[in-house]
Amino acid sequence: MALSRLSLRSNRFLKPTPTLLRHVSTDTTPITIETAVPFESHLCDAPSRSVTTSSSEILTFFRDMARMRRMEIAADSLYKSKLIRGFCHLYDGQEALAVGMEAAITRKDAIITSYRDHCTFLGRGGELVDAFSELMGRKRGCSNGKGGSMHFYKKDACFYGGHGIVGAQIPLGCGLAFAQKYNKEEFVTFTLYGDGAANQGQLFEALNIAALWDLPAILVCENNHYGMGTATWRSAKSPAYFKRGDYVPGLKVDGMDALAVKQACKFAKEHALKNGPIILEMDTYRYHGHSMSDPGSTYRTRDEVSGVRQVRDPIERVRKLLLTHDIATEKELKDMEKEVRKEVDDAVAQAKESPVPEPSELFTNMYVKDCGVESFGADRKELKVTLP
Amino acid sequence: MSAILQGGVASTALSPFKTTDSNKLVTAPSRSSLSVRSRSDWSKSFGSRLIARRSQPPLIPNAVATKKTDNAESSTSSKSGHELLLFEALQEGLEEEMDRDPHVCVMGEDVGHYGGSYKVTKGLADKFGDLRVLDTPICENAFTGMGIGAAMTGLRPVIEGMNMGFLLLAFNQISNNCGMLHYTSGGQFTIPVVIRGPGGVGRQLGAEHSQRLESYFQSIPGIQMVACSTPYNAKGLMKAAIRSENPVILFEHVLLYNLKESIPDEEYICNLEEAEMVRPGEHITILTYSRMRYHVMQAAKTLVNKGYDPEVIDIRSLKPFDLYTIGNSVKKTHRVLIVEECMRTGGIGASLTAAINENFHDYLDAPVMCLSSQDVPTPYAGTLEEWTVVQPAQIVTAVEQLCQ
Repeated sequence: MALSRLSLRSNRFLKPTPTLLRHVSTDTTPITIETAVPFESHLCDAPSRSVTTSSSEILTFFRDMARMRRMEIAADSLYKSKLIRGFCHLYDGQEALAVGMEAAITRKDAIITSYRDHCTFLGRGGELVDAFSELMGRKRGCSNGKGGSMHFYKKDACFYGGHGIVGAQIPLGCGLAFAQKYNKEEFVTFTLYGDGAANQGQLFEALNIAALWDLPAILVCENNHYGMGTATWRSAKSPAYFKRGDYVPGLKVDGMDALAVKQACKFAKEHALKNGPIILEMDTYRYHGHSMSDPGSTYRTRDEVSGVRQVRDPIERVRKLLLTHDIATEKELKDMEKEVRKEVDDAVAQAKESPVPEPSELFTNMYVKDCGVESFGADRKELKVTLP
Repeated sequence: MSAILQGGVASTALSPFKTTDSNKLVTAPSRSSLSVRSRSDWSKSFGSRLIARRSQPPLIPNAVATKKTDNAESSTSSKSGHELLLFEALQEGLEEEMDRDPHVCVMGEDVGHYGGSYKVTKGLADKFGDLRVLDTPICENAFTGMGIGAAMTGLRPVIEGMNMGFLLLAFNQISNNCGMLHYTSGGQFTIPVVIRGPGGVGRQLGAEHSQRLESYFQSIPGIQMVACSTPYNAKGLMKAAIRSENPVILFEHVLLYNLKESIPDEEYICNLEEAEMVRPGEHITILTYSRMRYHVMQAAKTLVNKGYDPEVIDIRSLKPFDLYTIGNSVKKTHRVLIVEECMRTGGIGASLTAAINENFHDYLDAPVMCLSSQDVPTPYAGTLEEWTVVQPAQIVTAVEQLCQ
């Protein structure tokens, strides 16, 4: 459908071979691609570097990552124009993780992450307009505007958020895995945390529990090398986060390569269902600072950031892949990006129009009204607070 | 309120377990063997007197003693009852709920094979297996978080802190995740956990093992707190807490585990938000909870001999306060004495004093008096420990002072 629009537009300039282009986006014939960086493993055999994928999958990667990137850039400008307040942690640079993971799992596998959750939410099937509405505190938002940037949730897609306190989501993730084991389901839980959170005690407590009971938990350390302003070499004695599990196997993955991430997650899922927890360390990078209040340049040089952008950018990598394998032309990709940009702009406009929550929403969702939780005033005639 | 409970009762009496929001099918192997006690069984053992009073399905939803009883520890005196200790009552409540709903599980330190440090979970691991009665390593933060994560998917964990004081290590999980997730997710997730454990001043247990955490937890939005004091309300509150979709913190007391009482054979639950009228009276309202109830009742005997008629209310629900029952009492007696085991600063009594002053100021003839524990870490020496908590003699003096 999108492709017919593309061919219409480009008809004016050159005549593409319609048959070649028209079947690309739905082409699922397997292609095998080697990952650029080998996997490093601890206590397990690393998966093969050859990833089976298809043209349509790579094209989906491109589109999804472009959408995520645009969303984060739009959030940046919305924050600067004070439509988004508070904390806003942006994920651009790390998109490969979100899309690679989604490609390897189903919507019934659970994902739980920290506050850098906008793109993960999108990957789980969240709508752009829901994300922007939540960021701007509107009723349409995924948490009715009451959560904010750090509290995106999507229950029907098994996305459990969205947590503000560093590391607190790790025991929650083990709980999700415990429930999956309790209910005897063949699903796994991906618990994402950062290199900063990797020094939290609760990580090791949760690891011990998960390994003890063979819970299907996959702990993914998104190592973007900076815990806010502190580099990993300044905060961790042993920055080999995948080895920190000691008795838990680990795998180090190039987190800027969506295909490597996909391979690792697939491997991890199979492993977790048979043998219990595994740690994945994703070597990734964020272009923005820790949050919008952090310029990101006081603890690292601009050269470093632009260097990574040139050499390791996930979207560029996929673009190169698409071009070298003749899956799409330069123009088509640019058009796709333009479409995505328009999608995002439309979503922003729609979100800007949507209403703020009603004042009565202040008290909704405090308690579930089951055994009659109502805090009456003194006379029981005057209703001080209803907790619906 | 009872209407809502009736609705809940009707649905739960029909289905073997509560259906949850999640789509996950519970394939627990023992499901087919779960027995649902049929209504006819219940009504056979159910006294006709009770049927006439309620004309309800068998669950007794309301609290004790809406009728006058003088005896502090008596519950609905049913002809067929059985005597047991408080920890056995808790165990019975827990076991019944675990039988009823396969989603209910227990997790805590030494709850499984050891049987629980206060024997509340004795025998449950043998009956339900290790996955449902989970022995955790010593990591309060992690296993509380784990319980909350499991609750997000629809399980109903009962998290036991071996001593309430240890739950301070899990404070982040309780405050941020347990209390707030229902709100910050816009209602998508409910957290039906029960966090329970013994707290309070014991017999020379030392400062760190004699903590009263109700004052720390009381301002966490999104949780409910209840304190049990008799075997009857212990079982009832345990069952109600497990069935509630909201996170409930159930405060037990180390010294009350061996209280003996006769409780009904029939199934019953206690209302989580209602206070219990222990002894109706005319002269002064004494509000108390947990172990202090017994000190108050002891003082009440002395007071009655001296000619006073105190009304004793066990507030039971620490969050939210049952201002209706309390208010009616204040309107009757016009004098309030709060007797609690919390610290003076920022305790339950402090909040209750503020709530009463705010709502019932016009009805008070004297300032609200609050007797609480001293603001000190609990000393080891027995005599000193005695003086950190409120003693019956002090209660008598306070009542006399207020009633002048």
